[in-house]
Amino acid sequence: MSTVKVNVRVNGTSYAREIEPRMLLCDFLREELELKGTHIGCEHGVCGVCTVLVDGESTRACLLFAVQADGAEVRTVESLAKDGKLSPLQQAFWESHGLQCGFCTPAMLMVATELLEHDPDPSLEDIREAVSSNLCRCTGYFNIVDAVRTAVAMIKEGKQ
Amino acid sequence: MKPAAFEYVRPGSLNEALQALSRHAGNAKILAGGQSLVPMMNLRMVHPAVIIDINRVPGLDGIRTDGNALVVGALARHSTLRESPIVATHCPLMSEAYRYVAHKPIRNRGTLGGNISHADPASEMPAVLVATDATIVVKSARGERTIAAANFFIGLMQTALQTGEMVTEIRIPIAPANQGWAFEEAANRKGDFAMAAIGATLTLTGGVCSQAAVAVAGMSDRATRLSALEALLERKPLDDDLILRAAVLAKNSVNPDSSYHADVDFKRDLAEALTERALKNARARCK
Repeated sequence: MSTVKVNVRVNGTSYAREIEPRMLLCDFLREELELKGTHIGCEHGVCGVCTVLVDGESTRACLLFAVQADGAEVRTVESLAKDGKLSPLQQAFWESHGLQCGFCTPAMLMVATELLEHDPDPSLEDIREAVSSNLCRCTGYFNIVDAVRTAVAMIKEGKQ
Repeated sequence: MKPAAFEYVRPGSLNEALQALSRHAGNAKILAGGQSLVPMMNLRMVHPAVIIDINRVPGLDGIRTDGNALVVGALARHSTLRESPIVATHCPLMSEAYRYVAHKPIRNRGTLGGNISHADPASEMPAVLVATDATIVVKSARGERTIAAANFFIGLMQTALQTGEMVTEIRIPIAPANQGWAFEEAANRKGDFAMAAIGATLTLTGGVCSQAAVAVAGMSDRATRLSALEALLERKPLDDDLILRAAVLAKNSVNPDSSYHADVDFKRDLAEALTERALKNARARCK
């Protein structure tokens, strides 16, 4: 089977790989780069657990071929904690009990990251809209929304 | 749940894309946003031998006006269109319909050209284009032709596109400033495909309806206009009584397919309720 070359920056590191064109970005991240933080669920764009940021925009990694990310900057959940310290969103998910089984959490964190990068003070409706793109079968979303609001408050306090 | 192997072609120009499409005839699929095609590939409902990725073709994602038309490039993303002030000004029906379209990660990638080429009957944009008498511009290595939206959608996920053709532009007549509009939808969850949706535009001249366009999605194999309902409204004073009669006519003139989430009777009721809502909201926006 023919292969294609792909050069992609993931979480600030450049990678060059030769892959089959049919390799999905989620499989590329997990199997080629061994970044297992990005989960795989339905594999047809519905559940949202594979959501990562491609050039800053939330993207279903199961609906993008890795070759399409050639030249792009990809961010996954592994980019959030710095030097062993959780990001404010991660800390807030911890404190607000924003997860139970944790399967949807990496993607919830990434859509929330995108949201706060566009709007550091989102409305409740904006938060609900953002996290509604991802399925969570444990928390019922209340604690996830709370966690994002907590993160907003933590970031504001940190800046004061 | 992984796609079958394919050959990947990434043209750098529209001409290259059309040549590749012509060369591979019926074995190739155009990859735009991939939010409909890639799920179908993952599920192996389709397994094209060649994928022509047009994401790096320059000049296909523009949003502009040209004379009396709003012109949207096939590769314009839903997120961009949803936020576009040009769209809000010249096709407010589209802006309103985008409130119901999918979720942000899907909108970030998905394109208008891809959406209509996929032609899901419960999708919002085909209804918008049918309601606004839009024109679809399609190109092939042989040349260009234009297709009225009403003739573009020909059945369940079927379009008038022929082998070797791809959508390049969507041309929507600019909405007159005095025209009212409304898009109303019922879905199981926000962002899901519609169980039923109604898109309407109205123009009032001295309280009398001088123009009406009403399109429905989610009912049958394609988005369609409710022409009997439009005829009922036109040249009559647009009071509540007429709107209620129109809503009943909508209920009786749709021919819905049953689905897992909505049976035929429920869909007819939705057509009635959404028509009433859409017409009242559109009337309130008439100037």
